[in-house]
Amino acid sequence: MSQPQQKIATRDAYGDALVALGKKRDDVVVLDADLSGSTKTSKFAKAYPDRFFNIGIAEQDMMGTAAGLAIGGKLPFASTFAVFATGRAWEQIRQSVCYPNLNVKVVASHAGVTVGEDGGSHQSLEDVAVMRVIPNMTVIVPADGPETQQAIEAVAEYKGPCYVRVGRNKVPTICPENYRFKIGKAHVFHEGKDVCIIATGLMVAEALKARDLLKAEGIDAGVINMSTIKPLDNDAVIAAAKRCGAIVTAEEHSIIGGLGGAVAEALSESAPAPLVRIGTRDQFGTSGDPDGLLKHYKLSAEDIREGAKEAVKKKKR
Amino acid sequence: MNEETLKTLRDRARRIRIDILKMLHGSGSGHTGGSLSATDIMTALYFYKLKHDPKNPDWKGRDCFILSKGHAAPVLYTTLAHAGYFATDELCTLRKIGSRLQGHPDSKYLPGVEISTGSLGQGLSVACGVALAHKLDKAPNRVYAVLGDGELQEGQIWEAAMTAAHYKLDNLCILVDNNGLQIDGPVAKVMGVEPIADKWRAFGWDVQDIDGHDMAQLVAALDKAETVKARPTAIVCRTVKGKGSKCFEGKVEFHGTTPSKDELETALKELDEAVCK
Repeated sequence: MSQPQQKIATRDAYGDALVALGKKRDDVVVLDADLSGSTKTSKFAKAYPDRFFNIGIAEQDMMGTAAGLAIGGKLPFASTFAVFATGRAWEQIRQSVCYPNLNVKVVASHAGVTVGEDGGSHQSLEDVAVMRVIPNMTVIVPADGPETQQAIEAVAEYKGPCYVRVGRNKVPTICPENYRFKIGKAHVFHEGKDVCIIATGLMVAEALKARDLLKAEGIDAGVINMSTIKPLDNDAVIAAAKRCGAIVTAEEHSIIGGLGGAVAEALSESAPAPLVRIGTRDQFGTSGDPDGLLKHYKLSAEDIREGAKEAVKKKKR
Repeated sequence: MNEETLKTLRDRARRIRIDILKMLHGSGSGHTGGSLSATDIMTALYFYKLKHDPKNPDWKGRDCFILSKGHAAPVLYTTLAHAGYFATDELCTLRKIGSRLQGHPDSKYLPGVEISTGSLGQGLSVACGVALAHKLDKAPNRVYAVLGDGELQEGQIWEAAMTAAHYKLDNLCILVDNNGLQIDGPVAKVMGVEPIADKWRAFGWDVQDIDGHDMAQLVAALDKAETVKARPTAIVCRTVKGKGSKCFEGKVEFHGTTPSKDELETALKELDEAVCK
């Protein structure tokens, strides 16, 4: 397992990436809906006030305005909390961004249960599912700070709608120094032999811990960072299924429609294999401290370990 | 504005109405009433005010037009064809499989359509975004949008109304096609939106209230909008749904239905006679 050298919240990495991008490209504009201090677009607002537009508490209008800025030749990044960006403004993203296939980047923070104390109203556990289903949309969930920075650079180069999900709390840096993020390409940390854990976002760090726990029990678990949920790296999923014969998915999101759903679709069509999905189970979030909530919703390394053992058992049946 | 130019514009609107009706009769599906109520507005925009180049739809210097009430696609398509974006022959493909003339405007296929619309209430936000981009570029391009009165029931319209005023988008001008009817009946009965002009005024816009079928008033209102500083303009156009023939005028059932053969013949006769006046 890689030793965590540093910890940074992916939202902070996003804010820094925006400032760097703003310096490089003067067509970059940023919109927020009164949460710039939390989404960290405030860093861009401070550096480039003329290119920052606070739209107020009006997410639907923000997405439409972003679409208009794209028509006007700009590269808009629109940010707010994941639950509002993808829920409140879903149809605006569908109609005004994805249907006309405009170059708008929606980067949403405060995803998952690690929002913590604010509770279920603010913890988005459905955003990946509802973004993934819209044609033309690319969906990315970075695992750590450096990968977030690279993902933001990548979506800026890519032409078309993108959704990038970032989190509130500090997460360990796990991606190797020479790692290069590419849209649609999974990163294989460990190939594994007995079972492969396909994880996304902050669950990749938990998956790496689970691998160590499993090793102690004589199970060789692979770990894949699936940071692009759409387009899914089908080749990586199929190869893992063929190599290990059993798959575990791990995400800080509902098991319905997110990474678990996407991997289940890929497996059942192309390489049927036992699958155990770690994620929230058709339920809303609740208030609490972030680490406590990860345990409460069975999203810890220990839960992934148990899932992996279950998947191995299924394989032997 | 000389009378000869106005006469030319009025005649253009008359011919656009004829083609709209032929097109809708041919397709057997589409929105008649709200296309005819907005025909004079669209004519004034495309044949008098907009800076655009039909042979080069992506021309950087162009003004941007957004049909927020996307169901009035027939008037947009016919106006674009008359302006030279594509041949009028193509109008008969409306709503057919493979046609660029989708039931509601689709910018992926048809040059001259700046953004796909159809889900109401979204066009004004997009218009604000384009206007902001031009402001950033310090470019003189202007942005126009046509909204329906029923569409004003969408909350997003008022979010965008705030944005336009907050960012002082004086390069933005909207025209509200105030025809008083929506699918389920009179707007006043379904969900009242009046006083429309006062609402825009209260949101910080410069407002003009005009007869949306009077070409002289339309032209004058569009000219005046260009002189307004630091505020966006709303031109509230009093219109008649189905304007152009007694067959359709003020009839709510023609929101989403098309003329029969008899209705088409009667309407074309009326529109042909109108030329002599």
